[in-house]
This record gives sequence, C-alpha cells and structure tokens, in this order.
Amino acid sequence: MTLARSGRVLAILALCLALWHGLILATGLPPFLLPGPEAVARALLSHHAVLTRATLRTLTEILAGFALGASIGAALAVLMAALPRLAQALRPLLLLSQVIPTFALAPILTLWLGYGMAPKIVVAALICFFPVASAFLDGLERTSPACLDLARTMGARKWRVMAHLRVPMALPMLGSGLKLAAVYAPIGAVIGEWVGGSEGLGAVMIHANGRMRIDLAFAALTLVTLIALAFHALVGAVVDRAFRRFAPS
Amino acid sequence: MNPVTLTGQVRIGGQALFPPIRLEIPPGQWTALLGPSGVGKSTLLRLIAGLPVGGTFEGSVDGAPQVALMAQDPGLLPWLDLRQNAALGARLRGEAPDPARLAEILQQTGLAEHAYKRPAALSGGQRQRVALARTLMEDRALVLLDEPFSALDARMRLMMQDLTARLLAGRSVLMVTHDPAEAARLADQILVLTEAGLTPATAPQGPAPRPPSDPGVLACQAELLALLIAGDTA
Repeated sequence: MTLARSGRVLAILALCLALWHGLILATGLPPFLLPGPEAVARALLSHHAVLTRATLRTLTEILAGFALGASIGAALAVLMAALPRLAQALRPLLLLSQVIPTFALAPILTLWLGYGMAPKIVVAALICFFPVASAFLDGLERTSPACLDLARTMGARKWRVMAHLRVPMALPMLGSGLKLAAVYAPIGAVIGEWVGGSEGLGAVMIHANGRMRIDLAFAALTLVTLIALAFHALVGAVVDRAFRRFAPS
Repeated sequence: MNPVTLTGQVRIGGQALFPPIRLEIPPGQWTALLGPSGVGKSTLLRLIAGLPVGGTFEGSVDGAPQVALMAQDPGLLPWLDLRQNAALGARLRGEAPDPARLAEILQQTGLAEHAYKRPAALSGGQRQRVALARTLMEDRALVLLDEPFSALDARMRLMMQDLTARLLAGRSVLMVTHDPAEAARLADQILVLTEAGLTPATAPQGPAPRPPSDPGVLACQAELLALLIAGDTA
C-alpha cells in the first residue's frame, strides 16, 4: 500500500470516528445503547484476553472455511467445464445451495456437526465456494476460440487442453472469485458462531449483547471488520501477484 | 499428399451462402481463396480443418490430411515464452518438442534472440512470426492460412508474406484472404468466392513471393478486383 493510499484510509477512518462521535452528541443516546469510540477502545483493552482468544478462533475458522470452500469451488468448476453434461445436472443444485439462507442452514449444521469448529468452517465454506465456482467456470467457458481452434488442429488431448490452456486462461477469473469469497468467509464464520457454541468473536458479540455490554459487542464487531478488511486485502494482493502473468496482454 | 477436394454448399439459417461449389487444393501448391468478408471463405477453411462451423454443410471433404492452422489472431499464450508458444502443439499432445528443430525454426523466423520473451514484450509483427514458427513446428503437409496478415500494417504485411512464402515453399497451402494484392503476390492458384459461386482466376507467372510492382501482379490484382465487383452485382 502506498503512503498516499494509507493516508486516505486513515483520513476516512478518522472521518467515520468523528461522525460516530457526532451522532452520539446529536442524539444523546445513552452508552448502553450506542457506546462512543472511546468506550469501545476501553472495552478492547479491558477484555483483550477474551478478545485475542476469540479472534484467533474466528481467524482459524475463516482460513479453514475459505480454503475448503475455494478448493471445492475450483475443483467443481474444472469438472463442470470438462464435462458439460455434469454441468447441466449440477447447475440447479448449485443455485439451490445459494438460495437457501445461510441463517437457516447454520442451526441445522450445528445440530449435525456439534458445537465445535466444524459447523462454522462448513458455513464459511458454503458461502465461499459459490463465487469461486461460478467465476472460475465463467472463465473456463470463455477460452479464446482462436486457441481452441489451434488445439483442435494440433490433435491436443482434452485434459491437456484443460491443464495447459483453459485453466491458466481462466486464472484471472478465479482470482476475482477468490477476492469475493475472501469478503464472504468472515461473514460465514461469524454466522456459525452466532448460532451455536461459545467460542469466537460471533459468540462474544451474542453474549455481550445478552448482558447489555454493547461496548464489548462493538469491540468484537470492530475486530471482525478489521479481520475481513485485512483478509480481503491479503487475498487480493496474493491473487493479483500470482495471476498477473495469465492476464491477456 | 493427394489433392484435397471440398464439394457442396453451406447454409446459415436455411439460406445458402453461395451455389454448390467444388474446391480443389493441388498438392505442393499455394491456393488463394479470395472473397469479400462474410461470404463464407473461412467456413470452407474450417471445414477442411475439421473445425466446427456456424452453418450447416451439405457436401463432403475428401483427402484432407491433418493440417496446421495460422489465423489472424496469433493465439499466443501470455504466460508462455516465445519458445514455449512455438512448441505449443507438442505441449498439448503431451510430447517433448524436438529442440534442434525448434532452434532452427526460431532462427529461420528471426526470433532466436527473443526466444525467452513473453508475447507482451513483442510487436504485432513479431507475434505473427511466432504464430508462423508454431505452424512450422507442426510440420503438416497442408497449411491453412486464415487472413493471417490482415491486422498488420502494409510494410509488415509485405515482410510477413515474403517470409511465409519462403518458409512454406513446397507445402500445400490454402490461404483465405480479402486482399487481391496478397493473392496475386503469393498464390499459384487463385479462386474467387462470391455470392455467385467459386470462379478461378489466372495467377501471375513467376515464383512467389512476387514483387508488388510486378506488371503481372498488378494486372492480376485488377482482374481479381473486377471479379469481386462482378460477384457483387450478380
């Protein structure tokens, strides 16, 4: 990140904090309904042990869910691109997996998989896999016709065309899908934590809410937001760097 | 190689593009298929190459061997260097390319010093030379050229025509083009395809590539233009 860009981000952050503070002054809302920035900062400090533990937990679920969802999504896209009949059969199922609200699915997953990390990882993976699969499949189905013609006249083998032509050509699209999935993964993990179990930032938020500790809930929310922004930036940077040479010149 | 013949016609949406034709590519010669855009020249080339076509084809293609294809879009892969692009066929078949042959062809196409560059670092003319090198690596008896030089500027086009004519000498070539000058410079046999059908024209005397200022080439160009215009009013 350049210095100018860091400066801009800081300026926007300062503006948000000022607006937040101004809103409290203007509405006169009591701190147990809307705590000010300094109350949230205090909560971050006073509960740092709980919050650190919860952050590590949530981070683990995000990474595992993202890795699982992205791998399944990418593999599915390659299979569907290679086998059009399979693609035809799977398309409605894929859509179905996305129209079922995650909030409705999370309690069922908790019922099946228990209160540990597994249901959270599965929810994150479920949210992640669709943008990856659909963007990558889009890319795989748009291989340059000129290159496919060449491959045909060269007597190329189907899976070699996939490995050496279609997949590399679609990597920039896979990158777009991964960047989108990086935004969704934290949402999935937190939804999972809301619904069941007592660990992670989502659980901290729910418990704090129940005890009217809105400052602590806001502190956890702040951490979730920061994790999501950082994860998105990280995935974006890695993907752009790794896939740059596959972009059409 | 035996002569390749294509007989029949192509329909798109039930509408015939041209009356039934018979196209013959004699072995060891350069055949130019000249015609206006959209008349179906490339469709004929694709039929001979065994590639899918947009319309329906009623007829048959006889004697077509495995071909090498070079089109207007050089179709280079941006993540492979020049050498790997030239040897793409072997890569896609899972074979190891012959390094001596690859080196020789890169030398012939004037690309040896750029061998490790990626396509992004090359000019339009250089990219088309990589496409030519890739075509030569395929080493096929029949080479199909689908307007390979039409995106190049006039000077680059002349240079590429000369290089291609020299390096493809002795092979059977079918070149689709809309440029009468190109057909007149390079072809041993010229066929004009219009909505009225396929008309043979007389190719100029002398070995290809012929100089653009050659009187025979200029006269041939004029004749080809007249045939194209006649086909339009038919």
